[in-house]
Amino acid sequence: MNHEALIPTLGVVTDVRVDTPDVKTFRVNALGGGKCFEHMPGQCAMLSIPGVGEAMFSITSSPTNKEFMEFSIKKCGCLTEWLHMMEVGQQITIRGPYGNGFPVEGELKGQDLLFIAGGIGLAPLRSVIDYVLDNRSNYGKINIVYGSRSADDLVDIDEIRERWMNAEGVNVHLTIDREQEGWDGHVGFVPNYVKELGFNPEGKVLVCGPPIMIKFTLGALTDLGFERTQVFTTMELRMKCGIGKCGRCNIGDKYVCKDGPVFRFDELDELPAEY
Amino acid sequence: MMMLKLSMERVGELFSAIANQQALYLPIESADQVNFEKWSEGRKVRLDVLKTVKSGKDLFFPQSENLVAFKMEGKSIEIIQQELSQEKFVLMGVRPCDAKSFEILDKVFLAEPQDSYYAARRANGTVIAMACGNPEETCFCKNFGIDAADPVGDVAIWIHEGNLYWKSQTEKGEALTQSVKSLFSEAQEAEIDAFKAGIREKIEQLPFSHLDLSSFTPDQLNEKFNSPQWKKLSQSCLGCGSCTFVCPTCQCYDIRDYDTGHGIQRYRCWDSCMYSDFTMMAHGTNRPTQLERFRQRFMHKLIYFPSNNDGMYSCVGCGRCVAKCPIHMNIVKVIKALGGESK
Repeated sequence: MNHEALIPTLGVVTDVRVDTPDVKTFRVNALGGGKCFEHMPGQCAMLSIPGVGEAMFSITSSPTNKEFMEFSIKKCGCLTEWLHMMEVGQQITIRGPYGNGFPVEGELKGQDLLFIAGGIGLAPLRSVIDYVLDNRSNYGKINIVYGSRSADDLVDIDEIRERWMNAEGVNVHLTIDREQEGWDGHVGFVPNYVKELGFNPEGKVLVCGPPIMIKFTLGALTDLGFERTQVFTTMELRMKCGIGKCGRCNIGDKYVCKDGPVFRFDELDELPAEY
Repeated sequence: MMMLKLSMERVGELFSAIANQQALYLPIESADQVNFEKWSEGRKVRLDVLKTVKSGKDLFFPQSENLVAFKMEGKSIEIIQQELSQEKFVLMGVRPCDAKSFEILDKVFLAEPQDSYYAARRANGTVIAMACGNPEETCFCKNFGIDAADPVGDVAIWIHEGNLYWKSQTEKGEALTQSVKSLFSEAQEAEIDAFKAGIREKIEQLPFSHLDLSSFTPDQLNEKFNSPQWKKLSQSCLGCGSCTFVCPTCQCYDIRDYDTGHGIQRYRCWDSCMYSDFTMMAHGTNRPTQLERFRQRFMHKLIYFPSNNDGMYSCVGCGRCVAKCPIHMNIVKVIKALGGESK
């Protein structure tokens, strides 16, 4: 047994689902079956193909899934290109879990929850949503606002339609950026839609998406009367070690890999405006 | 622990005695540069040179080291563990500033989860710290509570009037002392009192010995971060990273893979927050200009690190960056510009 944090273990890809033109979801198991390790919603893992690279990804599946882990990954750079070429049976290296995760057993417990996601930003929130649905009685009303560029870019729309939309006390609000044939849902950007929906400023909000979406969504939430102490997000920065030593994800006196990636907005306000 | 002494004429015997038991690293001149290298008979030891080009950091956190290897076959991967360094060694002639830097690096690498590569080298290494008879104008260790006359290490040594004075300060140091004690004769602490006083007097007179660090506190984080001074300070920075490579406390690293032809070697190497691709992400997010990179380095040393480590600055005042920066920018200028004019 190696106790060095930088040394990964092996995982194997047991399913590849094509979600959108540039997002695939990979199911990963330990070589002997089961999961490589346990995690909490919002935590991350370092995935690698030796010789190609290693990078941090949020764990998309909920810890309540006892059989496997899932990672929804957008094709964006060198490593993710390679990951997108993988077939079932491909081994990868994995280490983690890293980071704090969302406080599902703390501040979020017993609360009404509003999830707001844009594009691949749904990946880390999906872990929380599924966790909350599997522990339904511990949480209040749930609203999910999810938007993407087009209907084809909504990640894992089947689960959204079949599970989330049919769950008790859950309202799902989908939107796409521009009109599209065959789409009879809402059209418009996420921040505007949030404002139109006019949520009561109660409970907690979890936001994840492109920085520009987060910025304007925060403005919309403020207009609706939400305080920054009610809103959580998860950050993404370049990382190498995952344990607060290599220096890359340092902002102020925090390391996003270990002190984050989940922050409340009032906590972010105290950090220098680095990015 | 007793003060011992040995005539410098017999110092070669001491090197041999240590090297017979374990590896001995000393400031050694090679290709006109003095750095910590493994001693063997005939090598040119330069204990008289104040500062090695690179600090002794390499011995615990090497510029490049292997972490793990992989063999790839079809869709399968085999993980080949890297053995931790077993080499017992003595690092002799470390200046008090560099000796203090190990304490700073410990805060990073020995914090949970421990870095086992670093921890193994720390456990295997014995540090012999040496007082600075001739501190230079670039030295400013005094600002960080370091006493160049009283080095802190497993063993402390002073070279004075043709003698090497030796005093163990830890259990590890005492074990080493016992193994070489027969070479030494007993000495009195008082024999080097005047020498020490002389060092302190010289340090007192150095131009950078009285910086005002009092405003560099965690509660000043945003004020310092938003200072208009950064623009001017960083304007000429080349982003060469020389300061980070000679710095004894810089600890940022990269992890990379190399195809050896027989498999994949994963290694880590020093990296620099001064480099333009240090934080570059696949989708393009980055610290946009040299200003942000430059600011990160000094904010980390003067505000962020102390904020997480009970006020301990991540600078020891060795002055290497002062001497090496090609555009003559350095942490002393930064401290002064941000409100730390000399007291």
